[in-house]
Amino acid sequence: MDATIPVLILAIPLFMFLLLGLGGVKMRPLTAGVLGTLGMGAVLVLSYYTAFNYYFSGNPLFVDGTDRLQYIVFNTTWLQFTDYLVIKLGFLLDPISAMMLIVIPTISFMVHLYSLGYMHGEKGFQRYYAFLSLFSFSMLGLVVATNIFQMYIFWELVGASSFLLIGFFYTLPSAVAACKKAFIVTRFADLFFLIGILVLSFYSETFDFLSMTQHPEAVLESMHGAMFMGASVMTWALVLIFIGGMGKSAMMPLHIWLPDAMEGPTPVSALIHAATMVVAGVYLVARLFPLYLLEEAALMIVTVVGCVTAFYAAVVACTQIDIKRVLAFSTISQIAFMMVSLGVARPEIHHGLGYMASMFHLFTHAMFKGLLFLGAGALIHAVHSNNYTQMGGLRKYMPITHITFLVGCLAIAGIPPFAGFFSKDEIVSAAFELHWFWGVWLLMVAGMTAFYMFRLYFLVFWWEDRDYKAEGLHTPHDSPWTMSLPLIILAVISTVCGWIDFGKYVTFDGQEYNIHMNTPIAITSVCVALIGIGIAAKLYMKKNDNPRAMADSARWLWEAAHHRFYFDEMYLFITRRIIFDGICKPIAWFDRHIIDGTMNGLALITNKASVAIKGFQSGKVQMYIWWYLIGVLVLAAVTAVCVL
Amino acid sequence: MFSNILIYFVVIPVVMLGALALCRDIKQIRAVAVTGSVALTALSVWLLVEYLSLRAAGETAEMLFMGSWSWFTPLNINLAVGVDGISIAMLLLSSIILFTGSFASWEIPQPKEFFLWLILLSTGVYGFFISIDLFTMFMFYEVALIPMYLLIGVWGSGNKNYSAMKLTLMLMGGSAFLMLGLIGIYYHSAPAGQPLTWNILEIAKNDAISHGWQTFLFPMTFVGFGVLGAMFPFHTWSPDGHASAPTAVSMLHAGVLMKLGGYGCFRVAIFLMPQAANELAWIFLILTGISVVYGAFSACVQNDLKYINAYSSVSHCGLVLFAILMLNTTAMTGAIMQMLSHGLMTALFFALIGMIYGRTHTRDIREMGGLMQIMPYLSVCYVIAGMASLGLPGLSGFVAEMTIFVGSFEHADLFHRCFTIAACCSIVITAVYILRVVGKLLYGPVQDDHHRSLTDATWWERLSTATLIVCVAAIGCFPNFFADLIRFTFSPEIFTVLGMN
Repeated sequence: MDATIPVLILAIPLFMFLLLGLGGVKMRPLTAGVLGTLGMGAVLVLSYYTAFNYYFSGNPLFVDGTDRLQYIVFNTTWLQFTDYLVIKLGFLLDPISAMMLIVIPTISFMVHLYSLGYMHGEKGFQRYYAFLSLFSFSMLGLVVATNIFQMYIFWELVGASSFLLIGFFYTLPSAVAACKKAFIVTRFADLFFLIGILVLSFYSETFDFLSMTQHPEAVLESMHGAMFMGASVMTWALVLIFIGGMGKSAMMPLHIWLPDAMEGPTPVSALIHAATMVVAGVYLVARLFPLYLLEEAALMIVTVVGCVTAFYAAVVACTQIDIKRVLAFSTISQIAFMMVSLGVARPEIHHGLGYMASMFHLFTHAMFKGLLFLGAGALIHAVHSNNYTQMGGLRKYMPITHITFLVGCLAIAGIPPFAGFFSKDEIVSAAFELHWFWGVWLLMVAGMTAFYMFRLYFLVFWWEDRDYKAEGLHTPHDSPWTMSLPLIILAVISTVCGWIDFGKYVTFDGQEYNIHMNTPIAITSVCVALIGIGIAAKLYMKKNDNPRAMADSARWLWEAAHHRFYFDEMYLFITRRIIFDGICKPIAWFDRHIIDGTMNGLALITNKASVAIKGFQSGKVQMYIWWYLIGVLVLAAVTAVCVL
Repeated sequence: MFSNILIYFVVIPVVMLGALALCRDIKQIRAVAVTGSVALTALSVWLLVEYLSLRAAGETAEMLFMGSWSWFTPLNINLAVGVDGISIAMLLLSSIILFTGSFASWEIPQPKEFFLWLILLSTGVYGFFISIDLFTMFMFYEVALIPMYLLIGVWGSGNKNYSAMKLTLMLMGGSAFLMLGLIGIYYHSAPAGQPLTWNILEIAKNDAISHGWQTFLFPMTFVGFGVLGAMFPFHTWSPDGHASAPTAVSMLHAGVLMKLGGYGCFRVAIFLMPQAANELAWIFLILTGISVVYGAFSACVQNDLKYINAYSSVSHCGLVLFAILMLNTTAMTGAIMQMLSHGLMTALFFALIGMIYGRTHTRDIREMGGLMQIMPYLSVCYVIAGMASLGLPGLSGFVAEMTIFVGSFEHADLFHRCFTIAACCSIVITAVYILRVVGKLLYGPVQDDHHRSLTDATWWERLSTATLIVCVAAIGCFPNFFADLIRFTFSPEIFTVLGMN
């Protein structure tokens, strides 16, 4: 296959970044925005072409009979460490990377388009588009990585572009704090990822994904059953790598950066912190999945972390006031679903049903969560506040936003025929196939999902019929077409994309798998979702005092959840009190006073000593004679003692 | 003698010194400084090209462009020169930093004297990198150190007399160890009955230093050079010295002079005494491992921009020595790349700090804020420098650090593993102190309203910083070119000498 198009997919956003970053100041803002959007449009076309070519062309490079193959389009040496360990930059086409080639440009293009309206008139419009291009470049580079070090490189780059975009409004102290937090927390996780890579590559003597995943047993053998602190080295490596994924994908306890990341512009939240970058952790585990299959313990950790996170985030989401925070916690919860789904996947259960379900959910979630965030952006744009307390009754003012937001909510709640229903149903089925416990757990969380999403929906669009004009506020209205169009497109996609026969394209073993509805589970999950929606409707459709009364009845619980169970406070304590005050300051003190004090002390001693003895060189002849006489006497005495 | 290209690295600075002495006004001084540094840069690039074409033609000698001229026959002292990939990389680095440093000190007071001392310092640096005779090497080393005293003492700021004295005395203390070590090496440089030599290559070939003497001389030379490489606990000259030094001196000192330490450790201590290096590496691994983490933690709580950067240099230069002590090709390649990378980015940092200080007259981050709104160009450069320092892919820090970590991880025993992982932790701490500065200094609201009237970079400042950024990005984007240049040097002859790897 010709490498021109894949190269262009990566080169166009990079070029746009350089162009807008270096020359943006000289351009008119709109020119920069349109250029960036056109560039992304070109990437969209090219990557659609590549992905469709991969899935549908029947090219023997991509398909062998019924097997989908992994194909490396190009792979150039970037940095050679040793004879075996070489970082290459390449382009890998396989079912999941081709899928991501559809997801990323779609959302990214929508966000580019949407931002033309949303960010209109903001200072630094050109810079914003430059950063968006940088992010798109890094994210695309990440998903097509042919080796784990290439992934790590782009992993760091998406982290940096996320930092830059969260800190876009850099004059606001809250945005500055948020971008620092996001970078440092993910960096901390990346440290484990790096160590995991070092361990894995030390034994397997390769960074290449294909040589690892196509012969996972060989990797295991290369370790010769090495153990470290009671666990096999393989488990260690996989868990360390997973911790890297936890950081990026905001799994508990490394989730604390994501809610704060909402300080960035809303379209950025839609692109980076909902649809693409935060699923990188899931993608990483999926990429190395054959290795994870060798270690039951590692998969167990993935499952448990996912389950706990899903539940935790769902509880917290029920009590948030800021609509973007609700969406942020819902994102954490949904990504945790994908993690659990990978954790419960086994190749012997329906060709690795969980693996397929996870990728399917990643796909649909990107679409409907992107939609929800862009909808939230339209709301914020209209009422100039992030809090639902400033909203209410908006359905009459903003019909397009209302309908599209409702579609998003229905999709995430798992109501047929919207997309979320299909993917979530597969995840729950896969969980039940392994053990009923995981299935029931996920069903419960799915019910909560429906509840908190519709709580948000009703509070924003129903609750009370407010007359904004009478309150002296700006009357909310729908957004310009650049913002509405992406909403409508994504709403349509969220409605229909569940009908895609996903098992035909993306499966663990490359074999086609016919998705069949597990009727009892499907009915149960719809019922659970409907119950959640019902409770939400009962509580929040019309303005009443019941929600407050309920919160008051368990105030401590509500407060705890509202404060996200005090995770931020714990981290602040650890970083400020323990690391900053307990390690950094003592070290700095030690350096100034002990180490440097020793050096100064040496100088001081030398100085004092020379002052003390300089009297000997006084130039007074009488003194010299005195000392001479004393010397002679001492010598005489010593000699006398020795002789006698 | 003058047919050897290398000799011009010393001749050009000496000519510059002469020309400077004749200059009458600042324009002429600038002209001399710029012309000279451009000539030196061009010469380094030309040397690189020549070197690569010779290597491509199949030249396998360890050192190329060798030359040796007798200087003081009774003691076998020669002016012996020769370069390999590592020295060329260092020469290139020195030229770039001298070039950008000249622009960074465009408006220095008393320019004539300043540039005289600065160029004398560079003469020492260039001489050091081209020498393969231990005595000449040591002489150039001292030539590079002494001007520092005057440069800081006269043109510095703050507590400059104290800093200048401290820096000079500590480095002189290191030199004392070093001199002892070098003389020791000289007297064991050849088997009994053969003439003694100062020539590094001959000493290595003779392999005559007995095991006992190696265990004595290795720590001497390693500590001697290590002091200049800011090895814990001999690093305290660095924060004070850098804080007081004028911009260009900080740039040259942190960018190039500290590399003399790492280069010397590699070229003399390890290359000539491999067995002792192998046995005693663990002691110094502990010290340098401490440097890496300790420097980073210390940087987290400093409030003076130059102190932050000085401690960051302790951490990064610690990593250089740390990697050299791993004694394998990959880690050593990483060490040299880290030298290049740290040299460039720390020069960039100090240049920017100097420019900011020149405007705000303070280096305390608590007194500044929101500079991004006031001087966007300088702030963006600062962010880029910060990103390079915390190891963002695409900039030089990442490739150097990763090469070091992968190389260090080749040692499978628990001791090396623990220290490697501790060193890896520094990437997180680095992120903390870099982002602390970025968040406080550049982002956020404007702290002091008087700062609003300040101007952004002038053309010479732009030229200086842009050059450094381009170099940092070049290493970060095309690392294999540099890695190959360095790695060839390590293979195959040197390691057969070392009997390792």
